[in-house]
Amino acid sequence: MSKFFDKSDLTRKDVENIVSETLNNCDDGELYLEEAKSESILLDDNKIKSSNYSSDIGFGFRAISDEVVAYSHSNEISKDSLKNSSANLKSTLKSSKGTYNHEIPKTNNKFYDDINPIEQKTLDEKLEVLNQVNNYLRKKDSNVKQVTASFSGEQKSIEIIRSSGEALTDVRPLIRFNVSVMLEKNGRKETGVYGIGGRQSYDAYLKNDNWKKVCEEALRIASVNLDSKPAPAGEMKVVLGPGWPAILIHEAIGHGLEGDFNRKKTSAFHDLMGQKVASEGVTIVDDGTIDKRRGSLTIDDEGTPTERTVLIENGILKNFMQDRLNARLMNAKSTGSGRRENYKHIVLPRMRNTMMLSGNHSQDEMIKSVDKGIFAVSFGGGQVDITSGKFVFNCTEAYEINNGKIGSPIKGATLIGDGPSILKEVSMVGNDMMMDPGIGTCGKAGQGVPVGVAQPSILIDKMTVGGTKL
Amino acid sequence: MIKDQEYLKSKASYCLDLAKKLGATDASVTVGNSISESVNFRNKSLDESNRSDSLAISIETYIGNKKSSISSSNLLDKNLKILIEKCYETTKITPEDEFNSLPDKDILAKEIKNLNLYDNSHLDNDKKIDYLKELEQTASIDKKIINTESGFTENKSNFILANSDGFCNGYKSSSFSASCVAVAKDENSMERDYEFTSKCHLNDIIDPKNLGKIASEQTIKKLSPKKIESGKMSIIFDKRIAKGLLSSFASAISSSAIARGTSFLKDKIDHQIFSETINIIDKPDIVKGMGSQCFDSEGVKSDSLKLVDCGFLKDYLVDTYNGKKLNLKSNGRSGGSTNLYFENGNMNIEELLRIDNRSLYITETIGHGTNLVTGDYSVGATGFLVENGEFKYPVNEITIAGNFNEMFKNITLANDLEFRYSVNSPTIFIEGMTVAGK
Repeated sequence: MSKFFDKSDLTRKDVENIVSETLNNCDDGELYLEEAKSESILLDDNKIKSSNYSSDIGFGFRAISDEVVAYSHSNEISKDSLKNSSANLKSTLKSSKGTYNHEIPKTNNKFYDDINPIEQKTLDEKLEVLNQVNNYLRKKDSNVKQVTASFSGEQKSIEIIRSSGEALTDVRPLIRFNVSVMLEKNGRKETGVYGIGGRQSYDAYLKNDNWKKVCEEALRIASVNLDSKPAPAGEMKVVLGPGWPAILIHEAIGHGLEGDFNRKKTSAFHDLMGQKVASEGVTIVDDGTIDKRRGSLTIDDEGTPTERTVLIENGILKNFMQDRLNARLMNAKSTGSGRRENYKHIVLPRMRNTMMLSGNHSQDEMIKSVDKGIFAVSFGGGQVDITSGKFVFNCTEAYEINNGKIGSPIKGATLIGDGPSILKEVSMVGNDMMMDPGIGTCGKAGQGVPVGVAQPSILIDKMTVGGTKL
Repeated sequence: MIKDQEYLKSKASYCLDLAKKLGATDASVTVGNSISESVNFRNKSLDESNRSDSLAISIETYIGNKKSSISSSNLLDKNLKILIEKCYETTKITPEDEFNSLPDKDILAKEIKNLNLYDNSHLDNDKKIDYLKELEQTASIDKKIINTESGFTENKSNFILANSDGFCNGYKSSSFSASCVAVAKDENSMERDYEFTSKCHLNDIIDPKNLGKIASEQTIKKLSPKKIESGKMSIIFDKRIAKGLLSSFASAISSSAIARGTSFLKDKIDHQIFSETINIIDKPDIVKGMGSQCFDSEGVKSDSLKLVDCGFLKDYLVDTYNGKKLNLKSNGRSGGSTNLYFENGNMNIEELLRIDNRSLYITETIGHGTNLVTGDYSVGATGFLVENGEFKYPVNEITIAGNFNEMFKNITLANDLEFRYSVNSPTIFIEGMTVAGK
């Protein structure tokens, strides 16, 4: 349990005393300890380009008084280092008169096993799969000019020590397997990327030659793009496919519903609670409790058990996502959304697995209803300006729709929309909800955390497509 | 206090000795320490303080042409021993790669120029708070500003790079940065904008009053934006985003993208890719430069490069591994460009605004719509409509798109270059891009 102090000059009692004494007059705070073991193995250009193993250990000490957060972190787990941090926190919160909130919910649920995925497959076996991927793709299509394939795996162990000496722990496995392929035909080059992952062993994802499916999907996307024409420019109807395109929900709605931006009133959504922000039939949840998913957590990085938070129910805005700090200041409760990239960063309210639930239309129906528009199947990434509400995302596989029929593939283009109004433009919600393949990383304030998204196919009546063809 | 050179050197030589003893034919180590202290303000009161003390070591071991690497933040000898043993064992079973090697000895940096990258000044948190108070005071004078957030960060770093060919060097550097983000609101919209300053030396940063004033003015100007019609338009890139086009150029000429064949600029050496008025320089030895370096991340000395001369591409950014693959010598650019910039153009900003009678002046782009394989470019944008040289009204919820091959050829530069970042550009004018709006 107290493996963090094994090699240090600290006893558990010493640590508890320093934590309690530092947080004495504070409203909240904790000592967060983390040990991460990670690996990345990369095949590129026919060779194993890199094999890296990393082991990182450190603590982050946080004290909160009213709205003010003091934070100090270090790699050195020692009495001196911890006392230095404590002094640093106290100097920021000189006149603090808070009352420590000891309440923290408990859970017996676990959404993943205490495994170290790195050790569950030997390096030889991993190298073998990467070489198979390379050979398979190059043999399958003579237009393949470049193949990149990678494994990344991690085991992160955390412990949170609160003012009372109460300790909360979690062991989090995470893996990702990725394939990128570049094709060249008649002087034209295009790439296709696909990956899978989550909080299980590599083999849970790669069994039954599943890696071949990943290869084929990357190859398929690249092949489609080889024949793509310039994308249109202007406002039009957009049909989004199920699964990964839900990064639209993540960017357009998700970030704007994070507690911090709403407490600070800098989100375009801050005064819309209880109001209609989406078409009827649109329900969006953020769920940290789905078994072994990339965005799931047993407890968040403040120790709060995660939950399924209903953000929008049948078009009405119901809840924001909260960490402890923002919940306290907004008279709400933490939704188990307090997350940080690692011990070097402060906690922020973040998304976990953000999902739009199924409706009752078919994708066919949506496409048939469109005279002129685009059908977007796969995406690169997105970004949002939470204050103006404007968001973008980049298509990596899309087609034009003409008179209710899917036409030629179009080149990658950025789509732009307005977060608070885009969901009112949703005129059909599909019956085909699907999770993404487990590859998403969300960035906020310089911190990346693993997340998931899901949605059914949806029809958006009006969005601006940023192509070059007028 | 950050760890001194002696401590870092002792860790580096411990690792090199151990790797050699285990049987590694070559090894290289980077070990560094960085301490940063920051204070954040919001609406004129303290919001957050953050102190960060980070140690990091990364080790590469070679057995002939086999290579693997480890990294850690735990510098205890006992831990390093376990990791180096693991690294050595992994190297043994990693396949050969003929291009893996330490850099050639004759191009390693021999002298370390003093580029004045370290300022020993220390600003107490209380002094940082004074700076931010003054900053937010000016930032929030206008009633339309409803929220201000600002921050001050002081960072000091030290590192040593050592390899088994006898290279062992490093130096301290510092940075002092302040930023202000303002939110303004009127009856039609809520908008956000920012200003920031970052320098190696404390005395060189912008004064707080000015920083707050610029952030506030830039934000208020964006209120009540309109969406414009789709069409072909001339685009003007404000300096703070113009540098993004140069960064994309730098990624496209990195030797790794060229060696892998995944760049639209592959095989373009001695080809014209910009108009003949354009020169691009990468200069590592600018005194106090934000991207300055005495050697690259492999220890190779880096000289100034004229990457683009009168529109013609002259050089790639080459490291040891990809250089060998391409039959080129490393030019000390492992880790990318250093201080990269366009040389000034011939016209002033007023003249640039009048090149076309109707153009779009872009101050911010969002999204990752840059495809370096094809050169295709499509991003979300906000800015201002410019007619006959005058700013008319703010514009948002539009995209701008084109392809770098044509965009680069159509660049006209103003003569307002400043050195604020590691990548710097004068204001850029590009004709004939596509705007998607209404």
